[in-house]
Amino acid sequence: MRIICPFCGERELGEFTYLGDAKPQRPAADAGEDAVYDYVYLRDNIAGVISEYWYHGGGCRAWLKVTRNTLTHEISAVEPAAGAGAAKVGA
Amino acid sequence: MKYSIFSLARAALSGHKNWKPTWRDAAPKDRYDVVIIGGGGHGLATAWFLASEFGIRNVAVLEKGWIGSGNAGRNTTIIRSNYGLPGNTGFYELSMKLWETMEQDLNYNAMVSQRGVLNLYHSDAQRDAFARRGNTMRINGIDAELLDQAALRKMLPFLNFDNARFPVQGGLLQRRGGTARHDAVVWGYAHAASALGVDIIQNCEVTGFTRDANGKVTGVETSRGRIGAGKVGMAVAGSSSHVAAMAGLRLPIESHVLQAFVSEAIKPLIPGVMTFGAGHFYVSQSDKGGLVFGGDIDGYNSYAQRGNLPVMEDVCEGGMALIPMIGRVRLLRQWGGIMDMSMDGSPIIDKSPVDGLYINAGWCYGGFKATPGSGLVFAHLLARDESHKEAARFRLDRFQRGAMIDEKGQGAQPNLH
Repeated sequence: MRIICPFCGERELGEFTYLGDAKPQRPAADAGEDAVYDYVYLRDNIAGVISEYWYHGGGCRAWLKVTRNTLTHEISAVEPAAGAGAAKVGA
Repeated sequence: MKYSIFSLARAALSGHKNWKPTWRDAAPKDRYDVVIIGGGGHGLATAWFLASEFGIRNVAVLEKGWIGSGNAGRNTTIIRSNYGLPGNTGFYELSMKLWETMEQDLNYNAMVSQRGVLNLYHSDAQRDAFARRGNTMRINGIDAELLDQAALRKMLPFLNFDNARFPVQGGLLQRRGGTARHDAVVWGYAHAASALGVDIIQNCEVTGFTRDANGKVTGVETSRGRIGAGKVGMAVAGSSSHVAAMAGLRLPIESHVLQAFVSEAIKPLIPGVMTFGAGHFYVSQSDKGGLVFGGDIDGYNSYAQRGNLPVMEDVCEGGMALIPMIGRVRLLRQWGGIMDMSMDGSPIIDKSPVDGLYINAGWCYGGFKATPGSGLVFAHLLARDESHKEAARFRLDRFQRGAMIDEKGQGAQPNLH
């Protein structure tokens, strides 16, 4: 598995660290315990295409949002995660 | 049939041509008291305990492929009970005790070999942590010995003791730990469960649940038709989220790939199971002579049953750091299995929020050693509708209650457990 970093180009997997599914959104501070439980612990854990966060610690040190198939490891899209890095490439 | 020295002698006299299948490959009936999804070690052990301990014999085990084709056939066959936290300590020792009597109980040779599990330490802090863990084990009646470097030099003279960065200072040894033949465990439970009337149904993939007006699970839809059930238990670690989703449930689990490796066969070298404490590398030697070893999970969600090169490199580096001569041995095979990584690194054995559906999941990469214990406590839950006392903490709602069982103290990040 290789990831094509939008800043650095195609790099080997060892340069990247995995955070996980990009779908869970941090609930509002007053959202209540159930919403926090859902955010912290529950996962769809899809067998198929998911969107997920990777960190390019061995390169540009940017957070990336990768679209990947968990059944085949095929990566269909890589884009910068929202933040300062994303602004640089106009994403 | 009953296996003994006499049955072996009889079969030998007839040129081994008269062995009968050891378990029955059944066709599904319309209805069972209990349907177990998953024909791995845990599912088959559960069926056997239901039949032998709890008198429930109208039981089916449904397997998508062939029995033992999932993680039961992909692990590194290690058994041990060297856990430190309440919940885990008692449960894994229950399982260890069941390993010790399994072959007699099942009348099947599972090649259980108590050759010892040794965790090496490489610093004063790690020694203190291991001493504490060993004391926890001994207080709970489990064997543990803290060995110093002099003892290890006699036992394993080939270790890289004087490694400048990670000197081997000693280790924590559980002599009762060891290995078992994983396929024989699956077949042993199948053999004994089948003899008590359990139907083992292969090539039978569950595609959904049937529910009544109140939402109670009344059976399963499968690739071999609808099968009614009084209760349904799922023992499909690796695919738990996938199966639970058919009942509308989301679990505190991610599926990750763990790789394992076997070298070419060599003469006896590694006497027991050994783990490197400064990285993640563990190794034993199979009876065929191959070194069986592994390390960390790959770290990203996967259902692919294969991993990638960075972890392979990391595992081999760990091996080289500990046993430099291992570099002379060629790697023969490598494969991956899909782990149910739970949010605290410990399993879930509980009723689900859906009436009639019971969950046995979240085994992370420790499911093999738990096989007999898991079968007993899950059968207890299915038969009596209450947790076995040694599984009382493995509840699904523990994350909500803040009652995690987190051996490594990593928090809700499954790829770190």
